Amino acid sequence: MSATLESRTALWLLGLFSIGVYIFQFAPIAVVMLLSFNASRSGAFPMEGVSLQWYDKLFANDSILEAFQTSILLALGCSLLATILGVMAAIALVRYQFKGKNGISTLISMPLLIPEVVLGVALLMFLKLIGVYRSFGMLLLGHTVLALPFVVLVVQARLVGLRQNFEEAALSLGANRLQTFREVTLPLISPAILGGFLFAVAISFDNITATLFWKKPGIETVPTKIFAMLRTSISPEINALGTVMIILTILLPLIGGYVVRRFSRGR
Amino acid sequence: MLSPALISLALFLVAPIIFVIIYSFWLRTAEGLDVPAFQFGNWIAVATDYYYWLGLYSTFKMSLITTAACAVVGYPTAYFLARIRFSNKALLLFLLFLPFWVSYIIRTMAWISVLGKTGAVNTVLLWIGIIDEPLAMLYNDFSVIMGLVYFLVPYMIINIYVSLDGIDRNLEASARTLGCSPWQTFREVTLPLSLPGLGAGCMLCFVLAAGSYVTPRLLGGPDTLFFPDLIYEAIISQLDWPTGSVLSVILLLSLGLLVAVYNRFMSLSDIYRSFAR
Repeated sequence: MSATLESRTALWLLGLFSIGVYIFQFAPIAVVMLLSFNASRSGAFPMEGVSLQWYDKLFANDSILEAFQTSILLALGCSLLATILGVMAAIALVRYQFKGKNGISTLISMPLLIPEVVLGVALLMFLKLIGVYRSFGMLLLGHTVLALPFVVLVVQARLVGLRQNFEEAALSLGANRLQTFREVTLPLISPAILGGFLFAVAISFDNITATLFWKKPGIETVPTKIFAMLRTSISPEINALGTVMIILTILLPLIGGYVVRRFSRGR
Repeated sequence: MLSPALISLALFLVAPIIFVIIYSFWLRTAEGLDVPAFQFGNWIAVATDYYYWLGLYSTFKMSLITTAACAVVGYPTAYFLARIRFSNKALLLFLLFLPFWVSYIIRTMAWISVLGKTGAVNTVLLWIGIIDEPLAMLYNDFSVIMGLVYFLVPYMIINIYVSLDGIDRNLEASARTLGCSPWQTFREVTLPLSLPGLGAGCMLCFVLAAGSYVTPRLLGGPDTLFFPDLIYEAIISQLDWPTGSVLSVILLLSLGLLVAVYNRFMSLSDIYRSFAR
């Protein structure tokens, strides 16, 4: 009898439902990739044969390549900053006891819950007060703030799972704090640091809402470029660009995950 | 160790937000200059404008529908993921988050090709012969909610999943032994124990939905009214910073109030935990 909720039928139904949800998550992406090979000029259905012409057009489009350059530079720059700040903060939060820790944790996680529009407006207005206008520098600062919580959370999670014995052993064997950090803690958390860095790269590369507030008119990152292109019309070129982005952004975490796993297994 | 991060956050996060609040009381002179002042003109102008109230109402209504849809879609999926005995469960979770890594703008844009007049859904339905005319599914509130649910549902699933996964299975077994029906067991044991995850997921979905600008902008129609869009219009298009800062403070306060109420009953750390996974 065993008519538990986990009986076969119920689990089957739930399974079917879940497959539906997975299809729901993947189908729109598949549609974009499919349409990017459409020979038709409209960028929509029906498919009128397979063609790579939109990719040719894409790679000949200087403004898109420029946007890629801006995006990559920005992502690397802000991720470097966020990683340095974030790793230090995570170590302090996990390894030291002090007052107001909860408050500080909340503060660091704040960018996750404050609407991006408000963050966008706030930094824009505040920096104008001290004479900084919409620019690459503003984007760099802003993206660093946006990416920081992710780095802290990732590194923090790793540190919490790391027993302090190794560090204590190093200290008792005569290493000073700096040596202990450099030779014991840092190698142990390096996969998490790399993970946090890649997370930050992804956050920055993907960001659009706040970027729209901070970027100088005329300078585009890849997402704002797509946003601007969409306002005129859906050209098949955008589908090709979308496909390139899909492949890049799926590859990045795959490689990141692989590297992190390789590293942590090696230890 | 902590100070570089704290100083950066103080300078580029806390101070700017405080400044927005201060700016909302500044005075815009007849020449269009904003001068420091403490007056309620901007606030009164916004509060007496029906349009902004309508915007707030419409944003909250659509965010609520989105959140409810995410919960309805997300709970069964999370339950399945938590209960299935499958050797490669990590792979299933990974797959769920794969689209999550794809650029937000691309995932939003994709819905134009899915729901449009010549989009995937209409093409298929016309081909099968269920409809004779393409359905108008794009550029209205429906497509906005679709786009929001699409990008928010993984947040919901992961939060519920974490919660369900942490439930001691013996509790359910005991309830069954003590004579509960499967449905009763679910309703009286599993569901209440997973409420923190559901709550965290709902709050996150609501806050992210109500704060989104790009989805309503790309998928919405002429009648779609979304608060973040009003802020963008005021700040970037009309350069009306006093009004824009009032609107920003309103959005921040209303969502902040929600987060505070939530935090009063449940813990915010639940949410951060799911981010770290």
